[in-house]
Amino acid sequence: METLLNDFSPGLFVMQTVLLIVLILLMVKFAWKPILNSLNEREEGIQGALDAAEKAKLEMANLQADNERLLQEARTEREAMLKEAREIKTKMISDAKEEAKEEADKMITQAQGAIESEKKAAIAEMKATVATLSLEIAEKVVKSELSDNGKQMKLVNEMLSDAKLN
Amino acid sequence: MKISIYSIKFFGLLLTCLLTINVFANQSNEQAQQDDGRVSTPSEIEEYILHHLKDSHGFHLVSFTNDAGERVHVGFPLPVIVYGNDGFTTFMSSEFHHDTEGEVIVEKNGSRFVNYHSKIYELEEGATELVFDEAHHPVNASKPLDLSITKSVFGILVVGLLMLWWFSSLARQYKKRSIPKGFGRVLEPLVIYVRDEIARPNIGETKYRKFTGYLLTVFFFIWILNLLGLTPLGFNVTGQIAVTAALAVLTLIIYVFSGNKDFWGHIFWMPGVPILIRPILAVIELVGTLIIKPFSLLVRLFANISAGHIILMSLIAIMINLKADLTPVGSTALSFVLSLFISVIELLVAFLQAYIFTMLSALFIGMAVAEHDHEHEHDAHGNEVPDAEDIRENFI
Repeated sequence: METLLNDFSPGLFVMQTVLLIVLILLMVKFAWKPILNSLNEREEGIQGALDAAEKAKLEMANLQADNERLLQEARTEREAMLKEAREIKTKMISDAKEEAKEEADKMITQAQGAIESEKKAAIAEMKATVATLSLEIAEKVVKSELSDNGKQMKLVNEMLSDAKLN
Repeated sequence: MKISIYSIKFFGLLLTCLLTINVFANQSNEQAQQDDGRVSTPSEIEEYILHHLKDSHGFHLVSFTNDAGERVHVGFPLPVIVYGNDGFTTFMSSEFHHDTEGEVIVEKNGSRFVNYHSKIYELEEGATELVFDEAHHPVNASKPLDLSITKSVFGILVVGLLMLWWFSSLARQYKKRSIPKGFGRVLEPLVIYVRDEIARPNIGETKYRKFTGYLLTVFFFIWILNLLGLTPLGFNVTGQIAVTAALAVLTLIIYVFSGNKDFWGHIFWMPGVPILIRPILAVIELVGTLIIKPFSLLVRLFANISAGHIILMSLIAIMINLKADLTPVGSTALSFVLSLFISVIELLVAFLQAYIFTMLSALFIGMAVAEHDHEHEHDAHGNEVPDAEDIRENFI
């Protein structure tokens, strides 16, 4: 204790106290205050940036959900449109088929009518021809009968066969 | 790390130099034998260590004998400023001619000063020599107030300027960029460390800001001075009891003047204690607050740093003391290994003591400004009843 007290230098104590107080005041003014303020500002800035990032993330998620919803809507719409188109297509095809069939039926009926009338005309013509031929044959038969019986018969037969071929 | 290794190397080199010089020394001058900076016997080593631990009025780096056989002291003088019987007197310490035995008398302003064991004494009228009584008090001289720029004051100034330079440049960096570069990148985490690990938890979130400036200053001041003490420049500032006392007193003043009503209430009239015990507690608390706390602060730092210096220098002295037993190479190697080891520990201690001093200062300030949320008296019975109900409910 004696040596401790002896080693204690009042002058150094005074100098140290004065210098330390001056140092503290200077450091607070020129160093610690600006440093701590800047650190605080920076930390707040970082916190703000983190918060903003979090918010942006949330917004992004919202946006994505929106997009998803829109996409879903578009998809259903497309589906509906496709379905409608398919239906229209089927309807058109069936309509066309029906129309074609009707037309075809009409044409067939017309053709049948035409055939029938042609046939009738042909038969009538044939009948006329047969009648004419028959008259000619009868004429020739009559003529040959008048000359030779046998020959006349033969001629009648030939004529008949010819007439059949016609 | 580097500093300590260099410090040992330097000390080793220095002492080996001194050793070899001693062998070939040509002691031509009787006067020079008294104090020629040679350290070669155990008693000289002890004296050298004790001399180093004390403050001194000049810078003495190295002594050697030149070709002409004269002792050359390398160092530089520092101004001596004393306030004695004739007011302020200033002169350079070189006027003492490296004398610390009270033999060289400097006459200035009609006063006569001697330097005895690094203390300045003012001789009384007619005295020609310092005379001591049996209790080792000077009989014919008085101690003036010594405001000299001693080695310690010089160290304090250097560290103060270094701190101002480093930290104000760090502060300026923030104006341009939010993340510092270069040396500022080293300092910033330290500042944040002190703020977040020392000031904030001990003082509290709402009040720490006011005291952080003091704590930061003290932390870096002590730490840098501790580290400076490990360099071979011979500083021992934080090992000066006056320096640690000034630091502790400042902490005392801060927490005494920022103490709130609760703090003083708990000292003088401790609540929750029988009335008869309260006065006794008040005395104990008062002594603890005003004397024991600052005393523990100042002694802890002083003792740790002084002990570190004594141990390190004693281990270096092994080189000389065990030279006869272990050969010069063996003693040097042993001394090198041991002092390297202790230097690494001292490097840790340098930080640790700065940390502890700041930490305890923060703790004491925190105790003084703490808001006591007085706990409401809990009714023990009231607490037990719901517990029992809970248990019953659990059973059902």
